Amino acid sequence: MSDHKTMTLKLIVWRQKDANDPGRFETYTAKNITEHHSFLEMLDCVNEELILEGKEPIVFDHDCREGICGMCSQVINGMPHGGQERTTVCQLHMRQFKDGDTIYIEPWRARAFPIVKDLVVDRSALDKIIQAGGYTSCHTGGVADGNAMLIPKPVADESMDAAECIGCGACVAGCPNGAAMLFTGAKVSQLALLPQGKVEAAARVKAMTKAMTDCGFGNCSNHYECQAACPKGVDVKFIARMNREFIKAQFS
Amino acid sequence: MILDGKCPTGPIEQTWDKHRFDLKLVNPANKRKYNIIVVGTGLAGASAAATLGELGYNVQAFCYQDSPRRAHSIAAQGGINAAKNYPNDGDSIYRLFYDTIKGGDFRSREADVWRLAQVSNNIIDQCVAQGIPFARDYAGYLDNRSFGGAQVSRTFYARGQTGQQLLLGAYSALSRQIHLGTVKMFTRREMLDLVVVDGVAKGITCRNLISGAIESYAADAVCLCTGGYVNVFYLSTNAMGSSVTAIWKAHKKGAFFANPCYTQIHPTCIPQAGEYQSKLTLMSESLRNDGRCWVPKKQEDLGKRPDQIPEEDRDYYLERKYPSFGNLAPRDISSRAAKEQCDDNRGVGPGGRGVYLDLADAIKRLGVDTIRERYGNLIEMYERITGEDAYSTPMRIYPAPHYGMGGLWVDYNMMSNIPGLFVLGEANFSVHGANRLGASALMQGLADGYFIIPNTISGYLATVKPGGTSTDQLEFKQSAEEVQGDINKLLSIKGKRTVTDFMREIGTLMWNNVGMARSEESLQDALSKIPGIREEFWQNVNVPGSGADLNQQLENAGRTVDFMEFAELLCRDALHRKESCGGHFRVEYQYEDGEARRDDENFCYSAAWEYKGDDKFPEMHKEPLEFKNVHLAVRSYK
Repeated sequence: MSDHKTMTLKLIVWRQKDANDPGRFETYTAKNITEHHSFLEMLDCVNEELILEGKEPIVFDHDCREGICGMCSQVINGMPHGGQERTTVCQLHMRQFKDGDTIYIEPWRARAFPIVKDLVVDRSALDKIIQAGGYTSCHTGGVADGNAMLIPKPVADESMDAAECIGCGACVAGCPNGAAMLFTGAKVSQLALLPQGKVEAAARVKAMTKAMTDCGFGNCSNHYECQAACPKGVDVKFIARMNREFIKAQFS
Repeated sequence: MILDGKCPTGPIEQTWDKHRFDLKLVNPANKRKYNIIVVGTGLAGASAAATLGELGYNVQAFCYQDSPRRAHSIAAQGGINAAKNYPNDGDSIYRLFYDTIKGGDFRSREADVWRLAQVSNNIIDQCVAQGIPFARDYAGYLDNRSFGGAQVSRTFYARGQTGQQLLLGAYSALSRQIHLGTVKMFTRREMLDLVVVDGVAKGITCRNLISGAIESYAADAVCLCTGGYVNVFYLSTNAMGSSVTAIWKAHKKGAFFANPCYTQIHPTCIPQAGEYQSKLTLMSESLRNDGRCWVPKKQEDLGKRPDQIPEEDRDYYLERKYPSFGNLAPRDISSRAAKEQCDDNRGVGPGGRGVYLDLADAIKRLGVDTIRERYGNLIEMYERITGEDAYSTPMRIYPAPHYGMGGLWVDYNMMSNIPGLFVLGEANFSVHGANRLGASALMQGLADGYFIIPNTISGYLATVKPGGTSTDQLEFKQSAEEVQGDINKLLSIKGKRTVTDFMREIGTLMWNNVGMARSEESLQDALSKIPGIREEFWQNVNVPGSGADLNQQLENAGRTVDFMEFAELLCRDALHRKESCGGHFRVEYQYEDGEARRDDENFCYSAAWEYKGDDKFPEMHKEPLEFKNVHLAVRSYK
């Protein structure tokens, strides 16, 4: 099936044994790579060779490999997920590279995301932000009929634009301040836009932004790197909306 | 042994309501004394953990990912069914029930399916209340679309990311309970054994995937919500970490495994590009609302670009073979039809294993903007993977393993034959029979977790004294030692082949011999080869690194061991079932036109297999299926 030309690439990969290890870059060669390999399949091939050479393979997070679970998380040539617009690492394909390229591969780097091993980081801080208030406090059962509340299509659509976030943390990795404003803003906005979410909007934005600060995330200074890095193209306008919700909440 | 599903009797419309009333309750003040373990945080697990926590039980939830939000339910694209009948097109609970029984080729329990159809409407209401931004029309009402196997529009959706939105809804409900302290969440833990004390499920043994520590957890009941097993084919639409491990370990501890041969091959996936490929990507079935499947009529047209093949030389084979359902024929039928075209040497693309899914007519009819709004993210994903633009050229698709209808056997209360062990979602066998209809997996996961288990588990817990189990007990220590022993053994081999190499070998064998079509010969062939692969694995696998930290190769090695054992059971089940039904197609049993020939006289039962030891033949137990509300009939979509 592979009647295509193959590529050879030089990989410079961050290796770090555990959270206490200072870490270092190691150089590897990826051979016989075609344009149809995904970036992670390219790394799989490198790992297979490392194992057969008796070396430890590169550890990286991944799971669904179709761009939705948010598990994969690599900074490639300085850009979270590799820089192709609206694309996760697992959906990045090698046709974006050419024979002989040198590729730098690093983990997410942010104060709130300690490195676990190699390219794997601990993103539980994002869960903590959601736990602080990223929900409506409805009970299971005893809710109204789905059509009891009409929601204008543009509102539902905008809420969905925010809800597309996959929680990968690329926005944090891309931000010079290590801020989780896009992540938090997306959830705050998704719910604040909808009538179901308005009831608790003020308490929610206060609790979530507090959790964000407590977890060690930085603040927004309008670089918009988060939107550029976001594999779902979540818009920075949701940060503005969160700020508006936050100010409103001070008076409620 | 003849198994009893303990289904309630009487008029089917009243079964669930009556049963709910008959179930014992646990006093609110006593609920906090009970510990419940929930393994897996997909739609079934997250919704169960959240709801049980909210009711007041002490819940411990586990997932292997770094966050409960990443379970593979998140990848479901198309939608979720419910019998709301909002479009006024003739839908009803009865019709959803009927379609699901028929879609499953009459191999599921009537009462379970009725219950699923009944609670389907509550699910939509619940999800709306959670703030899930379902698609809406311009008047602000919820929108619906059509899915395979149904002639009504009953599928609710959120763009092409319905599974994501539903899972994030369940995850947010779970997060709320974690915040309130009713649920304790354990991430990056993989369940490697079920702990059974005096014949009753009392806990689990896990590996902490970061530290490598083997950990024991005790509880009054265990709920497995660990998804499906079709990664046994190596390439599938499942996540890389999806495995049979949790339910296989429970099976080895005594839980019956039912109907493993019912595997769903999804008709619309992106064809494989090469040997190195790690997974296959689904293109939602919803595309068949507007896409038309075709191949060239003439083999000599195969080298041509699709736009060079005139209309009269195209074979729209689904519309030709199934005029009333057309491109919306159910998954098993559509998959086999695609295979037939490729076996007839009319498949397109590299290797000839592909058919076209063409949106051109819909774009002409509705405009490119409408198509972009409906399927934009799918078309974008297709472009990322293939480098082709589906707005201007037809997609190439081919069937791929997607879902396991089989799973651990459970009764009407969703309890396995081991008291205290409950199984939810894809991990159980209950409602989809031999074939699942599109948009029904999400419905089942959430029905099980939000609305069924909270009722049925109290019926069990009310009969047991809370507490009384401790991880200091012998059974927990033995289990932990066994798990550690297996890990040490895997790490000590240091052979010459990688784990992936073995998984690819077993998966390829399974796909070729037990995939879309099976025969006595192909199954016997697989059964003769599997033990050899297993034997070589234990002598020649190379699992690098140690067990004392994050070691993904070790994780995969354990999953591969379980798949290699499970593969044999799947083959045996397929071999014994001398009929074709749903996703189980035996080439010996078909009508002249190639349709599946079911044998209701001899096989109208669920086959639940009991593990008898490593080298012993498993014992089969039958649960006869009775159809009192739907007439057994040849399943036709013509």
